[in-house]
Amino acid sequence: MTTAAPARIPLVDYLVLDGPDGPHLAAHECVTCAARFFDRRNACGNCGGNAFQQVAIAPHGVVKAFTIVAFAAPGIPVPFVAAVVDCDGTSVRANVINTEPDPDHVSLGMPVRLATYVVGTDDDGTEAIGFGFEPAGSAATNTAEGTPT
Amino acid sequence: MSASDDLWILGIHMTKFGKHTDLDLVDLAAEAALGALADGGVTIHDMGVLAAGNLMQANAPNGQMLQKQIGQTGIPVYNVSNACATGATALRTAIMAVKCGEAKFGLAVGVEKLAGAGLLAGGSRKSDTNVYTPKGRYGAVASVDGRIGTDIMPGVFAQIGMEYGHKYGGTSFELFAKISEKNHAHSVLNPLAAYQKRFTLDEIMNDMMIAYPNTRPMCSANTDGAAAAVVCTGDTLRTLSLEQQRRAVKVSASILTSDPYDEGCQVLPNVNSLTRNAATQAYEQAGVGPADLDLVELHDCFATAELVHYDNLMLCEQGGAVDFFHSGATWRDGSMPVNVSGGLQSKGHPIAATGIANVWEVAHHLRGEAGPRQIEGAKVGLAHVIGLGSACGVHILERSGLATAA
Repeated sequence: MTTAAPARIPLVDYLVLDGPDGPHLAAHECVTCAARFFDRRNACGNCGGNAFQQVAIAPHGVVKAFTIVAFAAPGIPVPFVAAVVDCDGTSVRANVINTEPDPDHVSLGMPVRLATYVVGTDDDGTEAIGFGFEPAGSAATNTAEGTPT
Repeated sequence: MSASDDLWILGIHMTKFGKHTDLDLVDLAAEAALGALADGGVTIHDMGVLAAGNLMQANAPNGQMLQKQIGQTGIPVYNVSNACATGATALRTAIMAVKCGEAKFGLAVGVEKLAGAGLLAGGSRKSDTNVYTPKGRYGAVASVDGRIGTDIMPGVFAQIGMEYGHKYGGTSFELFAKISEKNHAHSVLNPLAAYQKRFTLDEIMNDMMIAYPNTRPMCSANTDGAAAAVVCTGDTLRTLSLEQQRRAVKVSASILTSDPYDEGCQVLPNVNSLTRNAATQAYEQAGVGPADLDLVELHDCFATAELVHYDNLMLCEQGGAVDFFHSGATWRDGSMPVNVSGGLQSKGHPIAATGIANVWEVAHHLRGEAGPRQIEGAKVGLAHVIGLGSACGVHILERSGLATAA
């Protein structure tokens, strides 16, 4: 029996698993106004342009907003941390993972980096790969305190 | 046409918000509509247009179903749906029809059956498919809610409040809970509120966590309810009785906006720009500024949302919402009372009714009919709602100056 690595597929099509520097997220960037979008586009919501180029998103950033969901729809494990991460100027929606989902371990302004994990395996043995952001710096401190700018 | 540029609310009514087990959608709409007509001293036969707002059962001809209970007069009906701004949009639909001269009187109704609805948005996760196949605009092979952020409203609006904290500082779990404490304290004076219970700060912070930092009492209550308003022009109003003229409330501004593009607005809804745009246009249309307001009913669907709207409605300096709240300004005895009705957190949030009920609350004070919770001498007020998607309605209302000198 061989032990070849299982086939992998990203949870969403904007997660690039095989980048030269490892996994990263990619956005459709409007060539006219540089607005960035993660979904399939018909045209640009900012300027109406319809030409896009694929750009790589920085695999690190800071938490600019988060919530700790304690009560969700059936089938969704709680608690988890839902967040918006500022990746060098591009806002990314993601969970904060690989840390305790409580206000002592997640904070506004916390530096984080992209991390991937196996979501599940289908009947063909293909692994779905998801992503989140994990703490990248010194231990986070407290709660909802803002970071004055 | 110029004399018709002034628009008035002639009659307005709201039902008690809460659980109305024995009343269906049309019963509630009829109660509000008949109440507004009676309040204005007119009948359904005077109406030239009906705008009927509802969100959760919006695939039904709700306006026509209402007509069948209160009067099938053959007038045009607009069934309106615009997320949590549905009520304001229905009101504005009637206003537009009257303003352009198509109708002499317009009736706007907002109604919702929502008691016991639980979490809105955010689908339950079904078992993933047997063979991964990319689907939808993100090419997802499995459900993403809970894996890539959250779709539930308490979580979305939690992040909106936290984002403000990241930008300007000063926010905390306790701060957001204190905003909820204020609104629940206000609700004690409002007999139409679904919940009239004052909570201590500890009770709020130690209640069931829904989506940090929003605990259960910091979330708007899913309730049943309806509200309705009759509108007409100033020309029409001046042909009516002195009592009708005295009790009418002037609509100094009626504005509806949608969300302009901002970086990140498709990642986390941006409720700020469209509210600021609506407020700016409303102040300009009304010829008043934030300092002229005697009370504000704003869309506190969650405690975390109220904070950002202090700033968006320009009730405080940009970035100054936290200090503004700590000053006590937004309590009912403060310099800028906000949500003296108890807000959506205690009054309840029957979605399509909310945008007219907020106007009702302000109108009630401008008429001097708010009883124990009256803001004394109120002359100008603002009502704000926002629905994700997004849509923002702002109405500025003024006390009638007509027929006051007998």
